[in-house]
Amino acid sequence: MSQIHVTTTINGDATEFLCEPEETLLDVLRDRLGLTGSKEGCGTGDCGACSVTVDGRLVCSCLMLGAEAQGARVETIEGMADGDDLHPLQQTFLDHAGLQCGICTPGILVAAKSLLERNPAPSEEEVRYWLAGNLCRCTGYDKIVRAVMAAADDMRRAS
Amino acid sequence: MRYEAPDSIEGAVGLLARTPGACHVLAGGTDLLVRLRSETLEPETILDIKRIPGMHEITPEDGGWRIGAAVSGAQINEHDGLCADWPGVAEAVGLIGSTQIQGRATLAGNLCNASPAADSVPAMVAAGALARIAGPDGTRDVPVAEVPTGPGKTSLDTGEFIASIFLPARPERSGDAYLRFIPRTEMDIAVVGCAVSLTLDADSTVDSARVALGAVGPTVVEVETAAEALVGTQVREGAQQQLATVCSAAARPIDDKRGTEHFRTHVAGVLARRAAAIAYARAKGDRA
Ligand SMILES: Cc1cc2nc3c(=O)[nH]c(=O)nc-3n(C[C@H](O)[C@H](O)[C@H](O)COP(=O)(O)OP(=O)(O)OC[C@H]3O[C@@H](n4cnc5c(N)ncnc54)[C@H](O)[C@@H]3O)c2cc1C
Ligand code: FES
Ligand code: FES
Repeated sequence: MSQIHVTTTINGDATEFLCEPEETLLDVLRDRLGLTGSKEGCGTGDCGACSVTVDGRLVCSCLMLGAEAQGARVETIEGMADGDDLHPLQQTFLDHAGLQCGICTPGILVAAKSLLERNPAPSEEEVRYWLAGNLCRCTGYDKIVRAVMAAADDMRRAS
Repeated sequence: MRYEAPDSIEGAVGLLARTPGACHVLAGGTDLLVRLRSETLEPETILDIKRIPGMHEITPEDGGWRIGAAVSGAQINEHDGLCADWPGVAEAVGLIGSTQIQGRATLAGNLCNASPAADSVPAMVAAGALARIAGPDGTRDVPVAEVPTGPGKTSLDTGEFIASIFLPARPERSGDAYLRFIPRTEMDIAVVGCAVSLTLDADSTVDSARVALGAVGPTVVEVETAAEALVGTQVREGAQQQLATVCSAAARPIDDKRGTEHFRTHVAGVLARRAAAIAYARAKGDRA
Protein backbone atom coordinates (compact mmCIF):
# COMPACT_ATOMS: atom_id res chain seq x y z
CA MET A 1 0.00 0.00 0.00
CA SER A 2 1.58 3.25 -1.05
CA GLN A 3 1.08 6.49 0.80
CA ILE A 4 -0.34 9.53 -0.93
CA HIS A 5 1.56 12.80 -1.00
CA VAL A 6 -0.75 15.75 -0.40
CA THR A 7 0.03 19.46 -0.73
CA THR A 8 -2.40 21.81 0.93
CA THR A 9 -2.74 25.05 2.90
CA ILE A 10 -3.70 24.78 6.55
CA ASN A 11 -4.52 27.97 8.47
CA GLY A 12 -2.61 29.92 5.84
CA ASP A 13 0.56 27.80 5.95
CA ALA A 14 1.63 25.68 2.99
CA THR A 15 1.58 22.14 4.37
CA GLU A 16 2.58 18.77 2.94
CA PHE A 17 1.80 15.38 4.35
CA LEU A 18 1.78 11.71 3.47
CA CYS A 19 -1.32 9.67 4.27
CA GLU A 20 -2.91 6.29 3.67
CA PRO A 21 -5.74 6.27 1.10
CA GLU A 22 -8.37 5.45 3.74
CA GLU A 23 -7.18 8.03 6.28
CA THR A 24 -9.66 10.80 6.97
CA LEU A 25 -8.69 14.46 7.02
CA LEU A 26 -9.51 14.40 10.75
CA ASP A 27 -6.99 11.59 11.32
CA VAL A 28 -4.38 13.47 9.32
CA LEU A 29 -4.92 16.70 11.25
CA ARG A 30 -4.78 15.00 14.64
CA ASP A 31 -2.32 12.16 14.20
CA ARG A 32 0.06 13.41 11.53
CA LEU A 33 0.02 17.17 11.92
CA GLY A 34 -0.52 17.44 15.68
CA LEU A 35 -3.57 19.67 15.22
CA THR A 36 -5.66 18.02 17.92
CA GLY A 37 -8.15 20.86 18.34
CA SER A 38 -10.57 19.14 15.96
CA LYS A 39 -12.24 16.33 17.92
CA GLU A 40 -13.71 13.02 16.97
CA GLY A 41 -17.08 12.59 18.62
CA CYS A 42 -18.68 10.08 16.29
CA GLY A 43 -16.72 9.67 13.06
CA THR A 44 -19.98 9.50 11.11
CA GLY A 45 -20.98 13.10 10.43
CA ASP A 46 -23.51 13.36 13.24
CA CYS A 47 -21.83 15.45 15.95
CA GLY A 48 -19.81 18.20 14.22
CA ALA A 49 -16.91 18.07 16.71
CA CYS A 50 -14.55 17.62 13.75
CA SER A 51 -15.81 20.71 11.85
CA VAL A 52 -13.29 22.55 9.69
CA THR A 53 -13.65 24.67 6.58
CA VAL A 54 -12.28 23.51 3.24
CA ASP A 55 -12.07 26.19 0.56
CA GLY A 56 -14.38 28.28 2.73
CA ARG A 57 -17.04 25.58 3.12
CA LEU A 58 -17.92 24.12 6.51
CA VAL A 59 -17.49 20.32 6.48
CA CYS A 60 -17.00 17.37 8.81
CA SER A 61 -13.33 16.43 8.55
CA CYS A 62 -14.27 12.87 9.58
CA LEU A 63 -16.25 12.53 6.34
CA MET A 64 -13.42 13.57 4.06
CA LEU A 65 -10.28 11.70 3.08
CA GLY A 66 -6.93 13.32 3.70
CA ALA A 67 -6.19 12.76 0.02
CA GLU A 68 -9.15 14.95 -0.92
CA ALA A 69 -7.42 17.95 0.66
CA GLN A 70 -4.95 18.12 -2.25
CA GLY A 71 -4.72 21.76 -3.34
CA ALA A 72 -7.36 22.86 -0.84
CA ARG A 73 -7.38 25.62 1.73
CA VAL A 74 -8.17 24.14 5.15
CA GLU A 75 -9.01 26.23 8.22
CA THR A 76 -9.14 24.64 11.68
CA ILE A 77 -9.73 25.89 15.21
CA GLU A 78 -5.96 26.34 15.59
CA GLY A 79 -6.14 29.23 13.11
CA MET A 80 -8.90 31.09 14.90
CA ALA A 81 -7.11 33.18 17.52
CA ASP A 82 -4.63 35.75 16.27
CA GLY A 83 -1.59 34.93 18.39
CA ASP A 84 -2.69 35.68 21.95
CA ASP A 85 -5.74 37.62 20.79
CA LEU A 86 -8.85 35.52 20.99
CA HIS A 87 -11.41 35.69 18.20
CA PRO A 88 -14.55 37.54 19.40
CA LEU A 89 -16.42 34.21 19.38
CA GLN A 90 -13.84 32.62 21.65
CA GLN A 91 -14.17 35.56 24.02
CA THR A 92 -17.98 35.47 24.15
CA PHE A 93 -17.94 31.70 24.72
CA LEU A 94 -15.84 32.37 27.81
CA ASP A 95 -17.98 35.33 28.91
CA HIS A 96 -21.29 33.49 28.45
CA ALA A 97 -20.10 30.10 29.71
CA GLY A 98 -20.76 28.59 26.30
CA LEU A 99 -18.73 25.52 27.18
CA GLN A 100 -18.42 22.98 29.94
CA CYS A 101 -16.41 19.87 29.06
CA GLY A 102 -15.28 21.58 25.85
CA ILE A 103 -15.31 18.62 23.47
CA CYS A 104 -17.87 20.20 21.17
CA THR A 105 -16.39 23.70 21.45
CA PRO A 106 -13.76 23.75 18.68
CA GLY A 107 -16.29 22.44 16.16
CA ILE A 108 -18.94 24.88 17.29
CA LEU A 109 -16.54 27.83 17.13
CA VAL A 110 -15.44 26.91 13.60
CA ALA A 111 -19.07 26.45 12.54
CA ALA A 112 -20.19 29.71 14.16
CA LYS A 113 -17.31 31.64 12.55
CA SER A 114 -18.37 30.31 9.17
CA LEU A 115 -21.97 31.46 9.84
CA LEU A 116 -20.91 34.99 10.83
CA GLU A 117 -18.76 35.31 7.73
CA ARG A 118 -21.85 34.69 5.62
CA ASN A 119 -24.43 36.32 7.81
CA PRO A 120 -23.12 38.97 10.23
CA ALA A 121 -26.57 39.47 11.80
CA PRO A 122 -28.22 36.06 12.17
CA SER A 123 -31.48 35.59 14.04
CA GLU A 124 -31.58 33.13 16.92
CA GLU A 125 -33.41 30.69 14.67
CA GLU A 126 -30.73 30.99 11.99
CA VAL A 127 -28.02 30.31 14.57
CA ARG A 128 -29.85 27.23 15.83
CA TYR A 129 -30.42 25.83 12.34
CA TRP A 130 -26.85 26.51 11.25
CA LEU A 131 -25.51 24.73 14.33
CA ALA A 132 -27.97 21.80 14.16
CA GLY A 133 -25.12 19.51 13.14
CA ASN A 134 -23.05 20.38 16.21
CA LEU A 135 -24.06 18.34 19.22
CA CYS A 136 -23.34 19.34 22.81
CA ARG A 137 -24.09 17.03 25.70
CA CYS A 138 -23.34 19.58 28.41
CA THR A 139 -24.64 23.09 27.92
CA GLY A 140 -28.19 22.65 26.67
CA TYR A 141 -27.27 24.97 23.73
CA ASP A 142 -28.81 28.12 25.15
CA LYS A 143 -25.54 29.61 26.31
CA ILE A 144 -23.89 28.65 23.05
CA VAL A 145 -26.55 30.44 21.04
CA ARG A 146 -26.32 33.50 23.27
CA ALA A 147 -22.55 33.56 22.93
CA VAL A 148 -22.81 33.45 19.13
CA MET A 149 -25.40 36.25 19.09
CA ALA A 150 -23.19 38.34 21.41
CA ALA A 151 -20.14 37.79 19.22
CA ALA A 152 -22.15 38.83 16.17
CA ASP A 153 -23.08 42.06 17.99
CA ASP A 154 -19.48 42.72 19.02
CA MET A 155 -18.17 42.10 15.54
CA ARG A 156 -20.77 44.35 13.93
CA ARG A 157 -19.96 47.10 16.37
CA ALA A 158 -16.23 46.73 15.75
CA SER A 159 -16.56 46.90 11.97
CA MET B 1 -7.30 0.37 -0.74
CA ARG B 2 -6.29 2.73 -3.56
CA TYR B 3 -7.39 6.33 -4.04
CA GLU B 4 -7.73 7.57 -7.61
CA ALA B 5 -8.69 11.07 -8.70
CA PRO B 6 -8.81 11.15 -12.51
CA ASP B 7 -9.03 14.48 -14.32
CA SER B 8 -11.38 13.46 -17.12
CA ILE B 9 -14.64 11.56 -17.61
CA GLU B 10 -12.83 9.13 -19.92
CA GLY B 11 -10.19 8.53 -17.27
CA ALA B 12 -12.87 7.83 -14.67
CA VAL B 13 -14.76 5.44 -16.96
CA GLY B 14 -11.53 3.64 -17.83
CA LEU B 15 -10.69 3.13 -14.18
CA LEU B 16 -14.21 2.02 -13.32
CA ALA B 17 -14.29 -0.46 -16.19
CA ARG B 18 -10.81 -1.89 -15.83
CA THR B 19 -9.93 -1.74 -12.15
CA PRO B 20 -10.03 -5.23 -10.67
CA GLY B 21 -12.10 -5.57 -7.49
CA ALA B 22 -14.71 -3.25 -6.08
CA CYS B 23 -14.33 0.36 -7.21
CA HIS B 24 -16.59 2.95 -5.62
CA VAL B 25 -17.28 6.46 -6.85
CA LEU B 26 -16.64 9.18 -4.27
CA ALA B 27 -18.61 12.43 -4.60
CA GLY B 28 -19.37 14.21 -1.30
CA GLY B 29 -18.52 11.10 0.70
CA THR B 30 -21.27 11.68 3.26
CA ASP B 31 -22.60 8.17 2.72
CA LEU B 32 -19.47 6.47 1.44
CA LEU B 33 -17.18 7.48 4.32
CA VAL B 34 -19.73 6.41 6.91
CA ARG B 35 -19.87 2.99 5.24
CA LEU B 36 -16.07 2.79 4.96
CA ARG B 37 -15.78 3.44 8.64
CA SER B 38 -18.42 0.93 9.64
CA GLU B 39 -16.65 -1.54 7.36
CA THR B 40 -19.87 -2.46 5.59
CA LEU B 41 -17.85 -1.53 2.54
CA GLU B 42 -14.29 -2.60 1.81
CA PRO B 43 -13.49 -1.29 -1.64
CA GLU B 44 -10.22 -1.95 -3.38
CA THR B 45 -10.44 1.45 -5.05
CA ILE B 46 -12.09 4.76 -4.28
CA LEU B 47 -12.59 6.88 -7.35
CA ASP B 48 -12.90 10.58 -6.52
CA ILE B 49 -14.75 12.41 -9.33
CA LYS B 50 -14.24 15.89 -7.89
CA ARG B 51 -11.15 16.70 -9.96
CA ILE B 52 -12.93 16.17 -13.26
CA PRO B 53 -13.53 19.57 -14.90
CA GLY B 54 -17.19 20.66 -14.89
CA MET B 55 -18.23 18.45 -11.98
CA HIS B 56 -18.63 21.47 -9.69
CA GLU B 57 -20.64 23.58 -12.12
CA ILE B 58 -24.29 24.52 -12.51
CA THR B 59 -24.83 25.58 -16.14
CA PRO B 60 -27.91 26.76 -18.02
CA GLU B 61 -28.85 24.40 -20.87
CA ASP B 62 -31.93 24.47 -23.13
CA GLY B 63 -33.78 26.64 -20.63
CA GLY B 64 -33.05 24.16 -17.83
CA TRP B 65 -30.08 23.49 -15.58
CA ARG B 66 -27.26 20.99 -15.79
CA ILE B 67 -25.88 20.20 -12.36
CA GLY B 68 -22.42 18.58 -12.20
CA ALA B 69 -22.17 15.41 -10.11
CA ALA B 70 -19.98 17.07 -7.48
CA VAL B 71 -22.21 20.13 -6.91
CA SER B 72 -23.13 20.28 -3.21
CA GLY B 73 -26.51 20.97 -1.65
CA ALA B 74 -25.18 24.28 -0.34
CA GLN B 75 -24.13 25.34 -3.85
CA ILE B 76 -27.60 24.51 -5.20
CA ASN B 77 -29.31 26.56 -2.53
CA GLU B 78 -27.01 29.52 -3.20
CA HIS B 79 -27.94 29.50 -6.90
CA ASP B 80 -30.76 32.02 -7.37
CA GLY B 81 -31.75 30.99 -10.89
CA LEU B 82 -32.00 27.31 -10.08
CA CYS B 83 -33.87 27.98 -6.83
CA ALA B 84 -36.34 30.21 -8.65
CA ASP B 85 -37.05 27.53 -11.26
CA TRP B 86 -37.09 24.44 -9.04
CA PRO B 87 -37.76 25.52 -5.44
CA GLY B 88 -39.01 22.04 -4.56
CA VAL B 89 -35.79 20.36 -5.67
CA ALA B 90 -33.74 22.99 -3.84
CA GLU B 91 -35.72 22.57 -0.61
CA ALA B 92 -35.48 18.77 -0.84
CA VAL B 93 -31.70 18.74 -1.24
CA GLY B 94 -31.48 21.46 1.42
CA LEU B 95 -33.07 19.10 3.94
CA ILE B 96 -30.20 16.63 3.71
CA GLY B 97 -28.29 16.63 6.99
CA SER B 98 -26.64 19.60 8.66
CA THR B 99 -24.74 22.63 7.38
CA GLN B 100 -21.61 20.46 7.31
CA ILE B 101 -23.33 17.72 5.30
CA GLN B 102 -24.77 20.35 2.94
CA GLY B 103 -21.24 21.49 2.16
CA ARG B 104 -20.56 18.10 0.54
CA ALA B 105 -23.70 16.08 -0.21
CA THR B 106 -24.63 15.77 -3.90
CA LEU B 107 -27.80 14.96 -5.83
CA ALA B 108 -26.15 12.09 -7.71
CA GLY B 109 -24.76 10.67 -4.45
CA ASN B 110 -28.19 10.83 -2.84
CA LEU B 111 -29.60 9.03 -5.89
CA CYS B 112 -26.88 6.36 -6.19
CA ASN B 113 -26.78 5.64 -2.48
CA ALA B 114 -30.29 4.36 -3.28
CA SER B 115 -31.83 4.78 0.15
CA PRO B 116 -35.64 4.59 -0.15
CA ALA B 117 -35.75 7.67 2.13
CA ALA B 118 -33.37 9.84 0.06
CA ASP B 119 -34.86 13.34 0.21
CA SER B 120 -33.86 14.80 -3.13
CA VAL B 121 -34.99 11.81 -5.18
CA PRO B 122 -38.80 12.29 -5.08
CA ALA B 123 -38.25 15.98 -5.93
CA MET B 124 -36.04 15.10 -8.91
CA VAL B 125 -38.56 12.52 -10.12
CA ALA B 126 -41.43 15.02 -9.85
CA ALA B 127 -39.31 17.56 -11.74
CA GLY B 128 -38.73 15.08 -14.57
CA ALA B 129 -34.96 15.20 -14.00
CA LEU B 130 -32.58 13.19 -16.17
CA ALA B 131 -29.35 11.57 -15.04
CA ARG B 132 -26.52 11.74 -17.58
CA ILE B 133 -24.66 8.47 -17.25
CA ALA B 134 -21.11 8.25 -18.60
CA GLY B 135 -19.79 4.81 -19.50
CA PRO B 136 -17.53 2.89 -21.84
CA ASP B 137 -19.93 3.50 -24.78
CA GLY B 138 -20.28 7.23 -24.21
CA THR B 139 -23.13 8.93 -22.39
CA ARG B 140 -26.83 8.18 -22.06
CA ASP B 141 -29.62 10.16 -20.40
CA VAL B 142 -32.10 8.28 -18.26
CA PRO B 143 -35.00 9.46 -16.09
CA VAL B 144 -33.84 9.70 -12.48
CA ALA B 145 -36.58 7.26 -11.40
CA GLU B 146 -34.86 4.49 -13.37
CA VAL B 147 -31.58 4.72 -11.46
CA PRO B 148 -32.43 3.17 -8.06
CA THR B 149 -33.67 -0.42 -8.33
CA GLY B 150 -33.91 -1.29 -4.64
CA PRO B 151 -32.34 -0.35 -1.31
CA GLY B 152 -28.62 0.23 -2.04
CA LYS B 153 -28.96 -0.93 -5.66
CA THR B 154 -28.84 0.98 -8.94
CA SER B 155 -29.27 0.21 -12.62
CA LEU B 156 -25.76 1.51 -13.43
CA ASP B 157 -23.53 -0.98 -15.24
CA THR B 158 -19.87 -1.67 -14.58
CA GLY B 159 -17.82 1.25 -15.82
CA GLU B 160 -20.67 3.73 -15.50
CA PHE B 161 -21.17 6.73 -13.26
CA ILE B 162 -23.43 9.76 -13.23
CA ALA B 163 -21.70 12.81 -14.69
CA SER B 164 -24.53 15.27 -14.15
CA ILE B 165 -28.20 15.75 -13.37
CA PHE B 166 -30.38 17.77 -15.73
CA LEU B 167 -33.42 19.71 -14.53
CA PRO B 168 -35.49 20.57 -17.61
CA ALA B 169 -36.78 24.00 -18.54
CA ARG B 170 -39.50 25.05 -16.19
CA PRO B 171 -42.67 25.75 -18.18
CA GLU B 172 -44.60 28.97 -17.54
CA ARG B 173 -47.01 28.84 -14.57
CA SER B 174 -45.27 25.90 -12.93
CA GLY B 175 -44.30 25.13 -9.37
CA ASP B 176 -42.89 22.30 -7.32
CA ALA B 177 -42.60 21.47 -3.64
CA TYR B 178 -41.20 18.77 -1.35
CA LEU B 179 -42.24 17.93 2.19
CA ARG B 180 -41.07 15.19 4.50
CA PHE B 181 -42.18 13.97 7.87
CA ILE B 182 -39.52 13.41 10.52
CA PRO B 183 -39.99 13.01 14.27
CA ARG B 184 -37.63 15.94 14.96
CA THR B 185 -37.25 19.35 13.32
CA GLU B 186 -33.77 18.74 11.81
CA MET B 187 -31.19 16.03 11.20
CA ASP B 188 -33.34 12.95 10.74
CA ILE B 189 -34.30 10.44 8.06
CA ALA B 190 -37.62 10.85 6.27
CA VAL B 191 -40.43 8.64 7.55
CA VAL B 192 -42.33 9.71 4.44
CA GLY B 193 -41.40 12.23 1.74
CA CYS B 194 -43.57 13.66 -1.02
CA ALA B 195 -42.83 15.88 -4.01
CA VAL B 196 -45.33 17.52 -6.32
CA SER B 197 -44.60 19.41 -9.51
CA LEU B 198 -47.37 20.94 -11.57
CA THR B 199 -48.06 23.26 -14.49
CA LEU B 200 -51.20 25.39 -14.80
CA ASP B 201 -53.06 26.62 -17.85
CA ALA B 202 -53.99 30.29 -18.32
CA ASP B 203 -57.04 30.07 -16.01
CA SER B 204 -55.10 28.47 -13.15
CA THR B 205 -56.34 24.93 -13.73
CA VAL B 206 -53.75 22.14 -13.43
CA ASP B 207 -52.67 21.13 -16.91
CA SER B 208 -50.07 18.53 -15.97
CA ALA B 209 -48.65 17.17 -12.74
CA ARG B 210 -46.16 14.70 -11.36
CA VAL B 211 -46.23 13.32 -7.83
CA ALA B 212 -43.56 11.14 -6.21
CA LEU B 213 -43.36 9.51 -2.80
CA GLY B 214 -40.25 8.56 -0.84
CA ALA B 215 -39.74 6.09 2.02
CA VAL B 216 -42.97 4.20 1.36
CA GLY B 217 -41.47 1.40 -0.74
CA PRO B 218 -38.10 -0.07 -1.75
CA THR B 219 -37.58 2.75 -4.27
CA VAL B 220 -39.13 6.12 -5.00
CA VAL B 221 -42.72 5.76 -6.30
CA GLU B 222 -44.17 7.96 -9.00
CA VAL B 223 -47.93 8.02 -8.41
CA GLU B 224 -49.72 8.37 -11.73
CA THR B 225 -53.17 8.27 -10.16
CA ALA B 226 -52.11 11.28 -8.11
CA ALA B 227 -51.32 13.25 -11.24
CA GLU B 228 -54.77 12.31 -12.56
CA ALA B 229 -56.34 13.53 -9.31
CA LEU B 230 -54.80 16.96 -9.85
CA VAL B 231 -55.16 17.53 -13.60
CA GLY B 232 -58.22 19.62 -14.51
CA THR B 233 -58.63 20.94 -10.96
CA GLN B 234 -57.65 24.06 -9.06
CA VAL B 235 -56.35 21.95 -6.16
CA ARG B 236 -59.34 22.73 -3.96
CA GLU B 237 -60.64 20.56 -1.13
CA GLY B 238 -62.19 17.81 -3.25
CA ALA B 239 -59.10 17.40 -5.44
CA GLN B 240 -56.85 17.46 -2.38
CA GLN B 241 -58.91 14.72 -0.74
CA GLN B 242 -58.79 12.57 -3.85
CA LEU B 243 -55.02 13.17 -4.08
CA ALA B 244 -54.53 12.10 -0.46
CA THR B 245 -56.60 8.95 -1.00
CA VAL B 246 -54.65 7.79 -4.05
CA CYS B 247 -51.28 8.62 -2.48
CA SER B 248 -52.13 6.64 0.63
CA ALA B 249 -53.27 3.79 -1.61
CA ALA B 250 -49.98 3.87 -3.53
CA ALA B 251 -47.85 3.73 -0.37
CA ARG B 252 -46.36 0.31 0.48
CA PRO B 253 -44.35 1.26 3.53
CA ILE B 254 -42.50 -0.88 6.00
CA ASP B 255 -43.55 -0.99 9.62
CA ASP B 256 -40.80 -0.06 12.08
CA LYS B 257 -40.12 1.88 15.23
CA ARG B 258 -39.87 5.14 13.31
CA GLY B 259 -43.38 4.81 11.91
CA THR B 260 -46.03 2.14 11.66
CA GLU B 261 -47.35 1.08 8.29
CA HIS B 262 -50.69 2.66 9.13
CA PHE B 263 -49.09 5.96 10.12
CA ARG B 264 -46.84 6.16 7.06
CA THR B 265 -49.75 5.37 4.76
CA HIS B 266 -51.81 8.14 6.29
CA VAL B 267 -48.95 10.65 6.27
CA ALA B 268 -48.27 9.99 2.57
CA GLY B 269 -51.72 11.41 1.83
CA VAL B 270 -51.36 14.35 4.21
CA LEU B 271 -47.99 15.39 2.80
CA ALA B 272 -49.25 15.04 -0.76
CA ARG B 273 -52.10 17.48 -0.25
CA ARG B 274 -49.90 19.98 1.59
CA ALA B 275 -47.14 19.75 -1.03
CA ALA B 276 -49.71 20.14 -3.82
CA ALA B 277 -51.08 23.28 -2.19
CA ILE B 278 -47.59 24.79 -1.97
CA ALA B 279 -46.71 23.80 -5.54
CA TYR B 280 -50.00 25.29 -6.73
CA ALA B 281 -49.36 28.59 -4.93
CA ARG B 282 -45.86 28.73 -6.42
CA ALA B 283 -47.20 27.99 -9.88
CA LYS B 284 -49.58 30.95 -9.53
CA GLY B 285 -46.58 33.14 -8.88
CA ASP B 286 -46.66 33.20 -5.12
CA ARG B 287 -43.01 32.69 -4.22
CA ALA B 288 -43.64 31.71 -0.59
C1 LIG C 1 -25.25 13.19 9.43
C2 LIG C 1 -25.89 12.80 8.13
C3 LIG C 1 -27.20 13.20 7.87
C4 LIG C 1 -27.82 12.84 6.67
N1 LIG C 1 -29.10 13.27 6.44
C5 LIG C 1 -29.74 12.92 5.30
C6 LIG C 1 -31.06 13.36 5.06
O1 LIG C 1 -31.68 14.07 5.86
N2 LIG C 1 -31.66 12.98 3.89
C7 LIG C 1 -31.02 12.21 2.98
O2 LIG C 1 -31.61 11.92 1.93
N3 LIG C 1 -29.74 11.80 3.17
C8 LIG C 1 -29.09 12.11 4.32
N4 LIG C 1 -27.80 11.69 4.54
C9 LIG C 1 -27.15 10.84 3.56
C10 LIG C 1 -26.23 11.56 2.55
O3 LIG C 1 -25.74 12.76 3.05
C11 LIG C 1 -26.95 11.82 1.21
O4 LIG C 1 -27.41 10.61 0.67
C12 LIG C 1 -26.03 12.54 0.19
O5 LIG C 1 -26.81 13.13 -0.82
C13 LIG C 1 -25.01 11.62 -0.45
O6 LIG C 1 -24.25 12.36 -1.38
P1 LIG C 1 -22.67 12.29 -1.42
O7 LIG C 1 -22.23 13.11 -2.57
O8 LIG C 1 -22.09 12.59 -0.11
O9 LIG C 1 -22.49 10.72 -1.75
P2 LIG C 1 -21.24 9.75 -1.58
O10 LIG C 1 -21.10 9.35 -0.16
O11 LIG C 1 -20.04 10.31 -2.25
O12 LIG C 1 -21.79 8.52 -2.44
C14 LIG C 1 -22.96 7.82 -2.06
C15 LIG C 1 -23.09 6.56 -2.94
O13 LIG C 1 -23.36 6.91 -4.29
C16 LIG C 1 -22.28 6.53 -5.13
N5 LIG C 1 -22.06 7.68 -6.01
C17 LIG C 1 -21.85 8.98 -5.61
N6 LIG C 1 -21.78 9.78 -6.68
C18 LIG C 1 -21.94 9.00 -7.78
C19 LIG C 1 -21.98 9.26 -9.18
N7 LIG C 1 -21.83 10.51 -9.65
N8 LIG C 1 -22.18 8.22 -10.02
C20 LIG C 1 -22.34 6.95 -9.53
N9 LIG C 1 -22.32 6.65 -8.22
C21 LIG C 1 -22.12 7.66 -7.35
C22 LIG C 1 -21.11 6.22 -4.23
O14 LIG C 1 -20.26 5.26 -4.79
C23 LIG C 1 -21.82 5.72 -2.99
O15 LIG C 1 -22.20 4.38 -3.12
C24 LIG C 1 -27.13 12.06 5.73
C25 LIG C 1 -25.81 11.66 5.97
C26 LIG C 1 -25.19 12.03 7.17
C27 LIG C 1 -23.78 11.60 7.43
S1 FES D 1 -16.57 13.28 14.46
FE1 FES D 1 -17.11 14.14 12.56
S2 FES D 1 -19.17 14.61 12.86
FE2 FES D 1 -18.70 13.56 14.71
S1 FES E 1 -19.46 21.41 26.42
FE1 FES E 1 -19.43 19.26 26.70
S2 FES E 1 -20.24 18.58 24.81
FE2 FES E 1 -20.51 20.67 24.66
